[in-house]
Amino acid sequence: MSGPGATPIARWAPYAMSGPAFLLFATLLLVPLLLTAILSFSQFDHHSGIKAGVTLQHYAVVITDEFYHEIFLRTLRLSAVTTLICVAVGAPEAYILSRMSGRWRAVCLLVVLAPLLISVVVRAFGWSMLLGREGLVNQLLELAGIGRQRLLYTESAVIVGLVHIMMPFMIIPVWTSLQKLDRTTEQAALSLGASPVTVFRRIVVPQVLPGILSGSLIVFGLSASAFAIPGLLGGRRIKTVATLIYDEYLHELNWPLGAAIAVILLIANLLIMLGYNRLMERRYRRALG
Amino acid sequence: MAFLTLTDIRKDYGAVTAVTDFSLTVAKGEFVSLLGPSGCGKTTTLHMIAGFVPVSAGRIRLDGRDITHAKPNSRGLGVVFQSYALFPHMTVAENVGFGLEMQRVSKTERATRIAEALSLVHLEAYAVRYPRELSGGQRQRVALARAIVIRPPILLLDEPLSNLDAKLREEMQFELRAIQRRLGTTTIMVTHDQTEAFSISDRVVVMEAGRITQVDAPYRIYEHPRTRFISHFVGKTNLLEARVTQAGRGGRAAIGGQLFAVDLPVQMVADAPVALAIRPEKLRLMEAGSGRIGGTIASRYFLGSQWLYHVDTPLGMLLAVLPNDGSIPHEEGESVGIDWADEAIRLLAEDEVAA
Ligand SMILES: Nc1ncnc2c1ncn2[C@@H]1O[C@H](COP(=O)(O)OP(=O)(O)O)[C@@H](O)[C@H]1O
Ligand SMILES: [Mg+2]
Repeated sequence: MSGPGATPIARWAPYAMSGPAFLLFATLLLVPLLLTAILSFSQFDHHSGIKAGVTLQHYAVVITDEFYHEIFLRTLRLSAVTTLICVAVGAPEAYILSRMSGRWRAVCLLVVLAPLLISVVVRAFGWSMLLGREGLVNQLLELAGIGRQRLLYTESAVIVGLVHIMMPFMIIPVWTSLQKLDRTTEQAALSLGASPVTVFRRIVVPQVLPGILSGSLIVFGLSASAFAIPGLLGGRRIKTVATLIYDEYLHELNWPLGAAIAVILLIANLLIMLGYNRLMERRYRRALG
Repeated sequence: MAFLTLTDIRKDYGAVTAVTDFSLTVAKGEFVSLLGPSGCGKTTTLHMIAGFVPVSAGRIRLDGRDITHAKPNSRGLGVVFQSYALFPHMTVAENVGFGLEMQRVSKTERATRIAEALSLVHLEAYAVRYPRELSGGQRQRVALARAIVIRPPILLLDEPLSNLDAKLREEMQFELRAIQRRLGTTTIMVTHDQTEAFSISDRVVVMEAGRITQVDAPYRIYEHPRTRFISHFVGKTNLLEARVTQAGRGGRAAIGGQLFAVDLPVQMVADAPVALAIRPEKLRLMEAGSGRIGGTIASRYFLGSQWLYHVDTPLGMLLAVLPNDGSIPHEEGESVGIDWADEAIRLLAEDEVAA
C-alpha cells in the first residue's frame, strides 16, 4: 500500500489515521513527562518555593543520601520478589488453566481475572482488614496456638498485596503463549520417558518464555511504580519510591525533588527492563525467533 | 510369534465411538500400516498404543507385558508425529539426545549414539541447527532419529511423510523401509495414502469408521479386496453390477448378455445381484471385433509410463490402463475390442460399514 509508487494520499493515510492516537499519547504521556523532567531541574527553597534557575541539586541529594538509597533498594527488592512469585505461581497456574476442560476453565479464568474489575484501593483495604491486628489471619494464628503476629505494615504484607494485584498481568501473557504451544511436543517428551514435571520444566516453560518475559516486565514495571498497595499495606514505615514521591509533592511540597525522584525511577525502571529483555533475547533468540 | 497384541480395543469420546473391535497381532520386526480415510480412527489407535489416549475397553500386550494402562513415559516406544513435534528450543543434537538423557545415558555414550542416529538419517552436518533452520524433509529425519535413538521395541509413525512434497515422499518411503530393515524395529505406520502403505509394509490393516475391514499383505489387498469400499480405496477399479445365473464353484454371473465365470458362494440364489470388480490394468484393448466386448475410446490421458483410457462399452464406462510400451496409442473415438482373463474378475462383498 505505501510502496514507492503509492499515491500521496495512500502515503499519508497511515499517518493521518494514527494522528488522533498520537495526539492523545503526546498530551497524556509525553507532555507531562517533559514537564516533570523540566521541573526536576528547577531550584527550590522551603520558604519561597520554586525559583527561577537551573540546578542538579535534587539529583545530587538523591544520589548521595543513604535515606534515598534504602528506599530505592527496597522498591527494587519488593518488585523483584513480587515478579519472582508471580512467575513461580502464575506460569504453572496458566498451564493448569490451559489444560482444564471447557467449562471449568471458563470458571477458573473468571476467578483469576475478576479481581481486575475491582479497584486496587478496595482490594488493598481488603488485605489490610485480613492482615490487621484483629484480622482474620491473626484470629486463625491465635486459634492454631501460634499467637498474634505483626502482619500489616511489613514488607511481606506489601508483597502479598502486590502479588495479588499483579497475578493477572502474568497469567494473561503466559496464557497467550500457551495457546500457541504445540501439544504434541509434550507427548513426544512423554514418549521419550520424561516425567510430567520434566515435561513442564524442559519443554513447556522454554516455549512459553516470551510470555513469561513480557509478563515479568509488566509485573516488575507496575510493582516498581505501585502506589496504593505500598501506601496502604506498608504504612509510614515501609516507604517505597512511589510513596516517597507522593510525600515530596504533597507533604514536603518540594515538587522539584519529587520530580527528580520520579525521573530517576523511570530511568532505573527502563534500564532494568531493557537489560532483562536483552539478556533473555540473547539467550533464546536463535531457538525461538 | 506375537510381539504386540491388541485385543478388542475400543475408544469412546462421549457418545462418539472412534475405534471399536480392534484386534491385531504384530510379529517382531514386522512393518504394519494402518490404512484408512481421514477420521477413521488411525491416530486414535496409534495414540492408544503409545498411551496418550486411555483405552475405553480391551487389552494391549507388548512382549508378554500388559501395558494397557501403563503411563506413556514408561512404555519406551518411539513415536514420530505428523507435525514432527520437534522441540523448537533445542538443537537437532539436543532433540535427539533428549530421550537418552531421560534414560540417564552417560554423556559420552550419548554423544556417540546421537552421532550414530544422525548419520543413519544423513544429518551429521546439522547437529547444531535449530528445527526452524531445517527443511520439512530434514525435520522429518530429525523426528525419526529422535524416535529410534532410544532403541524402542516398537516404532509408531503417524502419517510421517504426509507433509513432504511428492518426490521427497517417495524417496523417504524407501529410506524409511531401509532403516527399519537395518534396525529390525517392529513398526506401525498410520497413513491415508495407499501407495505409501503398499510400497513399504509387510502387512496392511484397512480401517473404516473405527473398525478393521481387512488385514493382508499389500499384494493380497490389492488383488483380493474384500469389499467395494476397499476396492475403491486401494486403487482404481471397474465396478460391474451383475446378476447371478448359477451359484457355486464355476458359477456364473451376467451383466446384460455378457456372461462372467466367477466363483460364487453356493448360498447365492439365481438372479441375486452381485458386485464384480476388475482392475483397469487387467483389461486388454485390441482390434475392434475381437475380444469379449466392443467399445469406443471416450477419452485418454497420458501418465508417462502408462496410458489411461475411458472406454464406452455396453457394460458402462470402463477404465483401462495400458503400459506405455512405445507403440502407437489408441485415438479418441476409435473402436476397440476388450478382453480379460476370467481369474481377473473379483467378487466383492457389500460394504459392512456405512462410510
Ligand atoms: N479428543 C477427541 N475428542 C472427541 N473426538 C475425537 C477426539 N480425537 C478424535 N476424535 C474423533 O475420533 C475419530 C477418529 O479420529 P482420528 O483417530 O484422529 O482419525 P484419523 O487419524 O484416522 O484421521 C474422528 O471422528 C474424530 O473426530
Ligand atoms: Mg490422524
